[in-house]
Amino acid sequence: MRYKTMTAVAALVLSAPAAFAGGADDDTLAIDGQEMVTKTTAPAHMEETGIDTIMSGWHFREDDTQSMQMDTFDNPGMIFVDQAMDAWNTVEGNAEKSCASCHEGPESMEGVRAVYPKWNEEAGEVRTLAMQINDCRETQMEAEPYKYDSAPMAAMEALISVQSRGMKVDVAIDGPAADTWEQGKDLYYTRTGQLELSCANCHEDNYGNYIRADHLSQGQINGFPTYRLKNARLNTAHGRFKGCVRDTRAETYAPGSPEFVALELYVASRGNGLSVEAPAVRN
Amino acid sequence: MASGVKPRVKVPSSASAGEAVTIKTLISHPMESGQRKDGDGNTIPRSIINRFTCDYNGKNIIDVTMEPAISTNPYFEFMATVPEAGEFQFTWYDDDGSVYEEAKAVSV
Repeated sequence: MRYKTMTAVAALVLSAPAAFAGGADDDTLAIDGQEMVTKTTAPAHMEETGIDTIMSGWHFREDDTQSMQMDTFDNPGMIFVDQAMDAWNTVEGNAEKSCASCHEGPESMEGVRAVYPKWNEEAGEVRTLAMQINDCRETQMEAEPYKYDSAPMAAMEALISVQSRGMKVDVAIDGPAADTWEQGKDLYYTRTGQLELSCANCHEDNYGNYIRADHLSQGQINGFPTYRLKNARLNTAHGRFKGCVRDTRAETYAPGSPEFVALELYVASRGNGLSVEAPAVRN
Repeated sequence: MASGVKPRVKVPSSASAGEAVTIKTLISHPMESGQRKDGDGNTIPRSIINRFTCDYNGKNIIDVTMEPAISTNPYFEFMATVPEAGEFQFTWYDDDGSVYEEAKAVSV
């Protein structure tokens, strides 16, 4: 009798992880048949974090959400890529140029997303994709810059990112970018807000667990800008950072601020080796 | 007036006679419900796609009435049998009177 009870308890314990869908799953992501790297060995600089396998946030989402990303037509984020395609060819600003005037087709942006944020020697700073887009708009096109985390900016980032889809993230963290990277790392481990949570508390110590109803991922940004089902639009990495910091009940940094740029570089470097998935679909 | 409306359709380009094929359609549209108010408290007028139809060689396959609760960028996926080669015609009807059309030919 006693033995039976024990077996029952053991069975319950064993079935619990499946019932609550904890952790990452083992599915394979192929977008239109093109296979993505969604799990790989962590980059060398993450040795002290205790994470040996880095995983795309895709693994932490439900099957329905996952399948939306597996087909370009089903991916609602592609609507915004189409919109950005129109913007790409639209002449704006006093220089009477469009993106296409200098860069021709968006295919010329292949590989760009994988290496950003990147040190810009001329400007003497680490630049995100968004900063580079606005620099083009201001200097080359003499047009109004986009608001950093606005819809047209997210769409343009998505258009540029999709050219690199499937390529491995490979941001440089050494050389002149090292200082910014260190600053980003400090921010990652700094507790903020009334809840005194750092990025690491959720995304390093507790990925796979639930924080109330939310399934915590490793906080990778290889899929950004990301289409979120909750707001039916593209969300930028800085928009997401802001949301996370706000959730710790802190005053947040502004999207586009030097702090978030540094954080983006650091977080992106934690995903070195994963495929660029943008625009990903998340909940 | 809805802006940035763009219909998209995915249909296999060929099928065997009598085969049921999966058709996916998506139209980008804000689907303004008419329930929201702007910053000054004025109601934002309703502007949605109220009807979607699909015909095959002139014969109606599906006819959908949409209501304000349908979310932005309505997506429809359905199956249709292809009896012979022909063309799918898709039509979306907007509240503002606009009609958006798309067609896809299928060979057998």
